[in-house]
Amino acid sequence: KKNFDMKNAVIGNNRQKANLIVLGAVPRLLYLLQQSSSSLELRTECAVVLGSLSMGTENNIKSLVDCHIIPALLQGLLCSDLIFIEACLRCLRTIFISPVTPVQLLYTDPTVIPHLMSLLSRSQHTQEYITQIFAHCCKTPEHQTVLFNHGAIQNIAPLLISPSYKVRMQALKCFSVLAYENAQVSMTLVNVLVDGEQLSQVFVRMMQRDKPIEMQLTAAKCLTYMCRAGAIRTDDNCIVLKTLPCLVRMCSKERLLEERVEGAETLAYLMEPDIELQRIASVTDHLVSMLADYFKYPSSVSAITDIKRYIDFNSRCNQLDHDLKHAHELRQAAFKLYASLGSNDEDIRKKITETENMMDRIVSGLSESSIKVRLAAVRCLHSLSRSVQQLRTSFHDHAVWKPLMKLLQNAPDEVLVMASSTLCNLLLEFSPSKEPILESGVIELLCSLTQSDSPALRVNGIWALMNMAFQADQKVKVEIVQALGTEQLFRLLSDPDTNVLMKTLGLLRNLLSTRPHIDQIMSSHGKQIMQAVTLILEGEHSIEVKEQTLCILANIADGNTAKELIMTNDDMLQKIKYYMGHSNVKLQLAATFCISNLIWNEEDGSQERQDKLREMGFVDILHKLTQASDPNLCDRAKTAMQQYLA
Amino acid sequence: SAISLPPELNDWEEVSPALFPTAIANDREPAPRSSRALPLSCCCLVADVTQRQPRSAVRPPPALGPSSGCGFLMSVVVHGDLALSEQEKELNQRLRSLYPAVNEQETPLPRSWSPKDKFSYIGLSQNNLRVHYKGHGKTPKDAASVRATHPIPAACGVYYFEVKIISKGRDGYMGIGLSAQGVNMNRLPGWDKHSYGYHGDDGHSFCSSGTGQPYGPTFTTGDVIGCCVNLINNTCFYTKNGHSLGIAFTDLPPNLYPTVGLQTPGEVVDANFGQHPFVFDIEDYMREWRTKIQAQIDRFPIGEREGEWQAMIQKMVASYLVHHSYCATAEAFAKSTDQAVHEELASIKNRQKIQKLVLSGRMGEAIETTQQLYPSLLERNSDLLFMLKVRQFIEMVNGTDSEVRCLGGRSPKSQDSYPGSPRLFNSPVHKASSSQTYQTSFDSNYCNGVSSSKGHTLAHSHKSCPPTIPSPEPGVLNGSRGQQTNVSTEVEMEVDHFSNGVSESSSNGFLNGSSTHGIDLEECDADMEVDSAQSKRQLCGGSQAAIERMIQFGRELQSMSEHLRRERGKNSANKKMLKDAFSLLAYSDPWNSPVGYQLDSIQREPVCSTLNSAILETHNLPKQPPLALAVGQAAQCLSLMARTGSGSCAFASVDDYLH
Repeated sequence: KKNFDMKNAVIGNNRQKANLIVLGAVPRLLYLLQQSSSSLELRTECAVVLGSLSMGTENNIKSLVDCHIIPALLQGLLCSDLIFIEACLRCLRTIFISPVTPVQLLYTDPTVIPHLMSLLSRSQHTQEYITQIFAHCCKTPEHQTVLFNHGAIQNIAPLLISPSYKVRMQALKCFSVLAYENAQVSMTLVNVLVDGEQLSQVFVRMMQRDKPIEMQLTAAKCLTYMCRAGAIRTDDNCIVLKTLPCLVRMCSKERLLEERVEGAETLAYLMEPDIELQRIASVTDHLVSMLADYFKYPSSVSAITDIKRYIDFNSRCNQLDHDLKHAHELRQAAFKLYASLGSNDEDIRKKITETENMMDRIVSGLSESSIKVRLAAVRCLHSLSRSVQQLRTSFHDHAVWKPLMKLLQNAPDEVLVMASSTLCNLLLEFSPSKEPILESGVIELLCSLTQSDSPALRVNGIWALMNMAFQADQKVKVEIVQALGTEQLFRLLSDPDTNVLMKTLGLLRNLLSTRPHIDQIMSSHGKQIMQAVTLILEGEHSIEVKEQTLCILANIADGNTAKELIMTNDDMLQKIKYYMGHSNVKLQLAATFCISNLIWNEEDGSQERQDKLREMGFVDILHKLTQASDPNLCDRAKTAMQQYLA
Repeated sequence: SAISLPPELNDWEEVSPALFPTAIANDREPAPRSSRALPLSCCCLVADVTQRQPRSAVRPPPALGPSSGCGFLMSVVVHGDLALSEQEKELNQRLRSLYPAVNEQETPLPRSWSPKDKFSYIGLSQNNLRVHYKGHGKTPKDAASVRATHPIPAACGVYYFEVKIISKGRDGYMGIGLSAQGVNMNRLPGWDKHSYGYHGDDGHSFCSSGTGQPYGPTFTTGDVIGCCVNLINNTCFYTKNGHSLGIAFTDLPPNLYPTVGLQTPGEVVDANFGQHPFVFDIEDYMREWRTKIQAQIDRFPIGEREGEWQAMIQKMVASYLVHHSYCATAEAFAKSTDQAVHEELASIKNRQKIQKLVLSGRMGEAIETTQQLYPSLLERNSDLLFMLKVRQFIEMVNGTDSEVRCLGGRSPKSQDSYPGSPRLFNSPVHKASSSQTYQTSFDSNYCNGVSSSKGHTLAHSHKSCPPTIPSPEPGVLNGSRGQQTNVSTEVEMEVDHFSNGVSESSSNGFLNGSSTHGIDLEECDADMEVDSAQSKRQLCGGSQAAIERMIQFGRELQSMSEHLRRERGKNSANKKMLKDAFSLLAYSDPWNSPVGYQLDSIQREPVCSTLNSAILETHNLPKQPPLALAVGQAAQCLSLMARTGSGSCAFASVDDYLH
C-alpha cells in the first residue's frame, strides 16, 4: 500500500526521488524486492518504484548503483513471473544506459548474459530492454566476444523483423556495436538469414529513404562496420549504391546536428581505405561544399555569451547551447571526413583546398581548445600535405607550419603522431615551408621525438630529420648530428622497428652526400659509422635495409679521405665482394657502386686502390657482372671495368 | 532488346513502325448483327451502327527510300515490332507505377524524342530513343538539340529519365537537361532562357546562361547520366552512374521537356524514359518525398476549438448515412453521437425502398413507387422520368424489369437474385464480396415480406397507366419494418459517379462490423455459381411476349421523346441516351456488344443517384451528402493541382486516406 503511494509521489518529480533516496528508501525497497516471502505484487511494485527512481538525475543512479541495485535486479530476473521480470529489466535498462554506470557490472557474473539471452523470447518488452542493455554495454572487443559466444547474433537477428519499431531499432543498434572492428562477428553476420533474406539486404531495406533517420543511419553503420571488417567488399552494390549515398545524405543540412556528426564520422571511416569510394563520395550531392556548412556554428563561448545578451533567453538560447555543444563535434567530424576524402586522390585534395576558407579553418582548427578538433584538423592537414601542389601553394600561403609547430610543443601522443607526420611532408625538399621551419628551431624537437616510447613518433622524428638533411647545408647537417648525438643515432640503428632503422639509414645517407660533407662527418664519426655498417651487414636484416646500408657505404667510398676507411678495412672489402655475388640484383648493384667509387680514376691514389682490389679478385667479379642479365648492373660493371682500362 | 537499325537508316525515324498494329486494333469495328430478324419498325434503332464508321483507313506502310534494301528492312521492322511490344509493355508498366497520379489523357508522359521538335543536325533512330549528331561540329553555332515528345506533367511529383553516352564523338560536347517549348534547338540545353543543362566536357551546369557553373564531374562514353525533376520544390538534380550529384537548378518553370544537345561529329546518346530499369534508385527518392508530403498532410492543423473537428466529422458521417438511406445505422449513429436526424425516418425508408428497386433493375416498380410516394416529383421533372424510362427499357432488354419478368418463364426467386447486380457497386477495386450476400438475401426476403404491396404495384404497371395518386400504403411501411434487421446490415450503397472508389471502401468498413462474415462468404460462392450458370443470357429473359412488350415500350419511349422535344426543345443528352439504349437491339448478343455496357448493373448507380438526389431536393435536402462532396472536392483539388503545376498532388491520393 505504501508502495503505491510512493510510486505516485515520485513519478515525474525529481526532487521527490532525491528525497526518497536520501531518506534511505532504496535499501528498504531492495530488501522487499529480494524477499521471496513478499508477494509478487509487492515485489513488482518495488521494481517499478526503483525504475521510477532511476529515471531521475545521474546522482540518483549513482546512489542506486552504490546500494548494489544491479545484482539485486539481476537476481530478480530468475523469477518466473513475466511482469516482475519486465519491471526489473526496465529498471536495469535505465540504469545501464546511464553514462555513470560502469558497464563492467553486466559481465561480473558469467551467468547473466546467457540468462538474458534466454529471456529474449519472453516478450516484446524483454526484447526491447535486453537489446538496449546490450547495445549500451558492448564497449570493448571482450564484450563483443562474450556476447557473440553466447549466441547474440542468432538470438537477436530475428528481432530485426519484429513488429515493434523499438525492438527492431535496438536490435539494429546491437549489431552495429557488435560488428564494429570485429571480423569474427562481421563474417558471421553476412551469412545470417532473417526470414530467408540475407542480413545485408535487411539492412539495405532499413536504409530506405522513407525509414526513420535513426534507423537509416544505424543500418548504414552496420554495413560500414561489416565492410571495414572485410566481410563485405568495398565495390559491393550495397556499399557503393546504398550505404555511401545514405551516409552522404546524413551529412545534409536537413539532418540534426547529432546525425550530421555521426554520418560524417561513419562515412570517413567507410571510405578511408578505398580510393574509389573516396572518388564517388567526392562527387555525391556536393559533399565537399556541404561539409563547409559544418563550420558555420559558433566556435567560442565568449562569442556566444555576447550573443546571448541580445536575445531572449527562453527559446533561442536553448538552441544556441545545443549548437555550441555540437559545434566542435561538427568541426572535428568535417575535418575527419575531409581527411578521409583527400587521403589518396590529388583532384579531391584540390577540390577540398578550394572550398571556401578551407585553409583558414584548418589553421584555426589546429589551435582550438578541443583536443578532438585539433586532432581532426591535423589529420586533415596531413591528408592534404600528401599533395606536392598543395605543399607548394596553399600550405605556404597560409603558413600552416606555424600553428603546426605550436601544436607540436606539448601535445598528447596521438596529436603528435599526426602533427609530426605532417611536418615530415612539410620538410620535403620542394616545400617552401622547409626554410622557415628550419629557422624556427625544430631540430631539438624532432630529436626528442626520436627518444619517444612510441615507434610511430620515433619514425616520424627521424623521418623528418631525414627529409631535413636531404641536400641540406653543411651547417644544418652538423646541427642535426650534434643535436641528435652519435649515441642516439647508433641507438636508432639498432631500433627494433624496421621503419625507424630504415629512416635512420636514410638520414645517414642524406648526411653523407657531397664529398666535403662525407669527409667531414667521417673524420669525426667514421669509426662508429663503420662499426654500425658492419653490424647491419652481418645482422639478420631485410634486403631493403642491407641495400640502404650498402648505399651508405657507396657514399663513404665517394669521399676523398673517407675512402680509406673502407680500403683499410679488409673485412669490409670482403663483405662488399660477397654482396657483389649476392643473388639479389639490388644488393649487387649497390655493392658494385661502392667498388666503382673506390676505383674511380680521376682521384688521388686510384692506382693503388685499383691494384689492391684487383689482387683481391674484384676484377674477375666485375668481369662476370658485365655479362649480367640486369642491364643496370651490366652497365655499372662495365663503367667500373673502364676505370682499369683507362 | 532494342532493335538495332543499320546506321544508314538513321533518318528513317519520322515514321514509327510501332504505331501500326495498335492503329489497326483501335479502328476495328465489331460486325453488325445480320441474321436475326426482329419486327422493328423504329428506324432509329439502327442509328448507332450506321453512325459508327471506321474512323480512318489503315495507313499505308511508309515509303522506303532505297528499294534494294526493302526486303531486309521489312524483316527488321517486323522483328522490331515484336521486341517493341515487349518494350512498350515494360515502359507502360514502369510509367504507371512511377507516376500513378498522372492522367495521360490530359498530360501524356514523354516516351521518346520528338522527330518534329529537333534541329536538323540531330538524327534519331531506334524508335526515336537514340540521338546522334550529323552536323559539321565546327563551332558552337553547330550545336543541335532535341526535345522529348511531351513536357513533364506536374502530377509526376518527381520525374526522372536517364541518358547513356554511347559515344562521346570528337569532343564530347554533350548537354543533358530540360527546356521549355519553343527554345531554340540550334543550341545546347542551358544556354538560353528556360533552358537547363549539364555538360559532359567540363561537368558544368548551365542555367539559362552561356556561362556554366562548376557542378559535377565530366562524363563520357559509357556513363549513364540521369536527370531528376522535383515538381514539388521545382528543383533538378543529376545522377552519374547511379550516384546523385546534388541539386543543379532551383526555381524551375513548369512544363519543361527532357532535352539533349550534341555538338561534335560522332556523338551518340541513348535515352531511357522508363523502357529499362534505371541505374539510379529513383523509387527510393520518391519514397522519401511521399513520406514528406504525407507527414505534411498528417500534421496539418485542424480546428482550434476542441471537439469542433470531431463534431463536424460525425455530422458528415450521419448525413452520409441518411442520404443513402441506411436508416437503422443512421439512427444508431445519431443516437450514440447525440445528433438530430434532419429527415423523418419514414422518408428515409421510402427512399431506401426506391433505391433498392432501381439497383435491382426493377425500374417499373421503382417508377411506380416514386409516383406513389412523391406524386409531383416526376411530373415536374420530365427529363428525370425519361431517364428512368430509358433505364426501364434497358432493364427490359436485360430481362430484369418486373414487367418482362412476369411475362418470362423464370421464377421470381431466381430473377430476384441478380448475381451481377451487387457487383455493380463495385468499381474495379471492390473487394468485399460479402456485400453480395447481403443484397441477395435481402432481395429474397423482401419479396416475401412485401408481396402484397408488390402485387399492387405490378398490377398498375401492367396497364402502364398514367400515375395515379395513391395514398401512402401502410403495408409498405410495415413491410419494410419487417426488414429492419436486414436494413441495418444492408450496406449496398449508391455511389456518385466521381466517388465510386470512396464509398466502396466505407461500405467495407461497415461490413466488417457484421458478425456473420464466414457464412456470407459461403453464400457468396454459391452466388458465383449461379452467375456462371446463367452465362447464356437471352433478350428479355427469352420470352417472346416479353420481347413484344419491350418493343411496345420502346415505341412508347420513342413517342415520349418526340413529345418532350416538341414541348421543351432539343435535348442532346436525352437523344443520345435513347439512341444508345435502342442500339442494344442491333446486336445478336447485346451483352457483348459495344453498347453492352449499358446492361451492366453498374449503370443503375447514376440513375439511382439522380433519382435519390431529386427526391432529396424536394425535401430541401442537399443533392449530395457533404461527405461525398468533400471527397469529391479533394479529388478535384488534386486534379486542379496537377493542372496548375503543384507536384505534391502526386503523393496525396485521396484513396490513400480512405481505408
